[in-house]
Amino acid sequence: MNGLLPILIATLVAGTPLVYAALGELVTERSGVLNLGVEGMMLVGAIAAFAVAYHTGSVPLAVLAGAAAGIGMALLFGLLAISFKANQVAAGLALAIFGGGLSSYLGKSYVGMALVIPQSQLSAAAADIPVLGALLGPLHPLVWLSWLVFAAIAWFLYRSRAGLVLRAVGESPSAAHAIGYPVIRIRYAATAFGGAMAGIAGAYVSVIYTALWTEGLVAGRGWIAVALVVFATWRPERCILGAYLFGGVTTAQLFAQGAGVAVPSELMSALPYLATVLVLVLISRDETLIRLNLPASLGKPFDAEG
Amino acid sequence: MTPTPDQSLDDQPARRPLRLELRGIRKAYPAVVANDGVDLAVAPGEIHAVVGENGAGKSTLMKIIYGMVRPDAGEMLWEGREAEVRSPVDAQRLGIGMVFQHFALFETLTVAENIALATPGRPAIADLAPRIAELATRYGLPVDPMRRVHSMSVGERQRVEIIRALLQSPRLLIMDEPTSVLTPQAVRRLFETLRQLAAEGCSILYISHKLDEIRELCERATILRGGKVVGICDPRAETPASLARAMIGAELPGFRDAAARSPGAMRLTVTNLSKPADGPFGTALGGISLGVRAGEILGIAGVSGNGQKELLAALSGEARSADATTVAIDGAPAGHLAPAARRRLGLAYVPEDRQGQGAIPVLTLSENALLTAARQGLTRHGLVQFGKLRAYAERCISSFDVRCGGPDAAAGSLSGGNLQKFIVGREVLQEPGVLVVAQPTWGVDVGAAVAIRQALIDRAAAGAAVLVVSEELDELFEIADRIAVIAGGRLSPAYPARLVDRDAIGLAMTGTFPPVPGDAAPVPHPPTPEAAHAAAP
Amino acid sequence: MPLRLERRPQPSTAMVYAAPLIAVGATVIVALVIFAAAGHAPLDALVMFVTGPVQDRYGVGEWLLKATPLILIAVGLTVGFRAGVWNVGAEGQLILGVIASGWLALKFGPGGSPLLLPAMIVAGGLAGAAWAAIPALLRTRFNANEILVSLMFNYVAQLWLSWLVFGMWRDPAGFNFPQSEPLAPAALYPIILEDTRLNIGLWIALAAVLAGWVLLSRSYIGFQLKVTGLSDAAARYAGFSTRRAVWLGMLAGGLTAGIAGVGEIAGPLGQIFPTASPGYGYAAIIVAFLGRLHPIGIVFSGLLLSLLYLSGDTAQMSLGLPSSITGLFQGMMLFFLLAADVLIFYRIRRRPAAAPAAAPVASATIAEAAP
Repeated sequence: MNGLLPILIATLVAGTPLVYAALGELVTERSGVLNLGVEGMMLVGAIAAFAVAYHTGSVPLAVLAGAAAGIGMALLFGLLAISFKANQVAAGLALAIFGGGLSSYLGKSYVGMALVIPQSQLSAAAADIPVLGALLGPLHPLVWLSWLVFAAIAWFLYRSRAGLVLRAVGESPSAAHAIGYPVIRIRYAATAFGGAMAGIAGAYVSVIYTALWTEGLVAGRGWIAVALVVFATWRPERCILGAYLFGGVTTAQLFAQGAGVAVPSELMSALPYLATVLVLVLISRDETLIRLNLPASLGKPFDAEG
Repeated sequence: MTPTPDQSLDDQPARRPLRLELRGIRKAYPAVVANDGVDLAVAPGEIHAVVGENGAGKSTLMKIIYGMVRPDAGEMLWEGREAEVRSPVDAQRLGIGMVFQHFALFETLTVAENIALATPGRPAIADLAPRIAELATRYGLPVDPMRRVHSMSVGERQRVEIIRALLQSPRLLIMDEPTSVLTPQAVRRLFETLRQLAAEGCSILYISHKLDEIRELCERATILRGGKVVGICDPRAETPASLARAMIGAELPGFRDAAARSPGAMRLTVTNLSKPADGPFGTALGGISLGVRAGEILGIAGVSGNGQKELLAALSGEARSADATTVAIDGAPAGHLAPAARRRLGLAYVPEDRQGQGAIPVLTLSENALLTAARQGLTRHGLVQFGKLRAYAERCISSFDVRCGGPDAAAGSLSGGNLQKFIVGREVLQEPGVLVVAQPTWGVDVGAAVAIRQALIDRAAAGAAVLVVSEELDELFEIADRIAVIAGGRLSPAYPARLVDRDAIGLAMTGTFPPVPGDAAPVPHPPTPEAAHAAAP
Repeated sequence: MPLRLERRPQPSTAMVYAAPLIAVGATVIVALVIFAAAGHAPLDALVMFVTGPVQDRYGVGEWLLKATPLILIAVGLTVGFRAGVWNVGAEGQLILGVIASGWLALKFGPGGSPLLLPAMIVAGGLAGAAWAAIPALLRTRFNANEILVSLMFNYVAQLWLSWLVFGMWRDPAGFNFPQSEPLAPAALYPIILEDTRLNIGLWIALAAVLAGWVLLSRSYIGFQLKVTGLSDAAARYAGFSTRRAVWLGMLAGGLTAGIAGVGEIAGPLGQIFPTASPGYGYAAIIVAFLGRLHPIGIVFSGLLLSLLYLSGDTAQMSLGLPSSITGLFQGMMLFFLLAADVLIFYRIRRRPAAAPAAAPVASATIAEAAP
């Protein structure tokens, strides 16, 4: 157990940004909007949070700033993809590229700077809980929060009427419109939620996970999150499992060192990307499975007058 | 155009208020004025038809009443009082329900979930089930609340839509082309339900272009042409011809006498074609066999979703078969061939979907001609011959009287009828030996429909084998020599069109294939329970 | 909202060409704001930003030099983009071109064979195409999304190159810097403009433009690609193979990106670094779209984005702004372009008066609307 605990903790720590980003994208996609720009939203969320943490020293404020920045980016995307009915793939790519450019511009003066974040008092308190304390103590409360967010999203999608409406909009916006639901507004809301989650994911990476800023800090996690949603066949429970699976792959170096294997660090670093491709292939080869779960209107703009 | 004497109306308390009154409704789109000063009056408990041919503005008018489209001008009175309907929710609140032609249902959700979504007051699914059951028995609309919509036939789906509308106790129910997807038997059952509703005081707005049905069901009819009201009448006192004249504004054009066609050699054969269903929404094809001779038109009737799509894909080559002999074109095995190779054998195909399959709306007519006609000398050494391409497109346009801005006009800028004429022209001018056409006149105006049917007849007269898949029985009786019915993925024997009536075809649509008249042999394929289930309305 | 979008009866051709200009105009406006915020006279700063890099012959050479890979890659990507095949892996495919041709250059460079350079170009192109073939295969064989797969392989390619340059390719005489030894003269592109670094890569890019134009605008295959990109159903109906479009689109992008990679080490770099490209593979996506997915348009947009790269350095040196402003402007331009594109299919109209229901029908409107 003792040997496994650090690995488990490392896995949870590394998987958490993917939990946030992928669950957010899942909600967005369930409304029929394909936002490929998660990477860009995460980057901008990350730098916004880093800057706020750097100047105020407050983690909650930093996370809020990250979420707000993510929402801002998502709304820009919404303007293109929902209001202007642009090609969603192109708009998502634009968001990713724009986010990359914006974050490196804003972050220029922070490059190489590190944050000193004291251990969260909540975590310190949790460490005293018998048995569970050993697990909860080393984890930042943002990790715990991600579990609550997961539970809330699962409840929302499958148990609440609003979640039913969201799924309905994603399946057939024209039918939802016909029975009186404000499709455009619902899609904006789902997109903004995805942006907030991506922003929090970015904030977690820059403020908690690395606590320093470099250009392109997010390193493809946003794209992996998009792939995870496909891998999860748009189900939150598979999404969180997938995120931790990737957390595990990311920390493979720990496993390898533990087993006394010497492999080039570059190969280790490439593992998450190769694993992403592998799971995409495994899940996509079953076309029926994808077709059954895919929100039917995903990626298609909706025109109420048309 | 309509000076509005509001006051005078309100001053007459003795007069029973109309359930719905529209005055001077106008809605213009960039290319067309859909509604132009339309007045409409519906009394309580009245079954009122809105009649007009495709493009007359019926659907736009209904969407305005239901709050899906905002009018540019005009006013709406609900039970004598001015009402503004900004969204379907407003309409539902007033007591207006609507059953859509293309159902507004969510396929992956259950019946109860679908109904819950559309019912205000956030009912729990558990509370809804008994109310659904009650309505189902009262109006003879049996449905299982827990079934998922994608597993249901179109008839069942329509029942779900009707129940969904009835749950809100509407005082006006709009039915948009409700019978286009039903078997003749199911139409009769629907009419009973509607009459019962009307007797209970619910007004019904019945949108259709089928004149027989309107004469059978409706007490009054408002006739639209080109977005304007051209007449109000009691359809029961009219003849189909007089209604049609009012609708079109001219005599119904007739067909040129087709020279007596004598069937020649077999040009298209399908032999024992079977295919598993393509996913949960598809239909499996079971042992389909047919043959079409030179000079002959074979019609295939059936309720949509019974395997038409799959059969057409197998004929066109979009779905290929491992067994080459399942499809033969002029005797050459073609079941394994791709669409382009089948075209080389002389096959041409007009698909059902004009916008996005048969043509691409954002491309020009020239470019759309290149979609299938490249072999008409339009390419050389792999390069497109733009001059010849333009000339070919111009030939399609002039030969088929396509109203458009020339070969450089975007396909999307044409009306449905003109675009369909262009597509049919593009295929026919390639002088195919085998011509397969799906829903040739769906959604096109009467003039274009006549021209298109004439083109099919002429093509057959020129020696081609023509296969027409259509949901419009009238159309098939008009042009086909023989009619077969597809139900549950199986094909009935082909009945000579002159020897069968609508009832026999209607029966076949349910999966029970009657024997061919004058044919002593038993029906070749006894219907299976699955087939009957899938076709049941 | 008082404004609404109204679908045009026919897509506007004028707007197809106007949208990139609108996008550039909007980016210029933002640039003026940024310059002003940084305390510069905005117009002067703009002039400096745009003309600063191209004051002399050397500057013009640099401009064309940087435009070369952008134009080359964008033409290749366009083949795929037209067909709806989203190759976003050009960056990785470029790196594979660097790896393959770099290996040849390091191994055979000292031999000085005149065949080395052609071999490097062929090897680089093939390696880029092979890297692109992975997502193509996974897409056609397993239906795996080519965007995500091609993007993942960018990171893998980058790590591969790092591994080589930090490891076996590191120059023993390079003071332990992560870089290879300088390439032999036989492995370098000949210069075509004296006193500059401009080399024959430009001719390769222009040849690609010509080939791309014939393929996309004149050939039947180009038409088939376009149809595939616009509508799956129409392509299936016409019998145009989606698989072939995926392969063609991916391989074209991979080939050009790989050759662009060769051009970097055989041209301006002259040796192999872990960072082979300042994001040309991503910028080329913007070049392709800004050039309206048309080879001729791409020449112009390639020149524009290349100038933007150079201006980033000017901004840093003369205006005190970070050079990453280039990335910001690039992203913004694509964003504005997509926004302006809405005007191709829609026009902006004022909403009709708030209460249309009560408005009497004016006879003038009927007369005007009568067909």
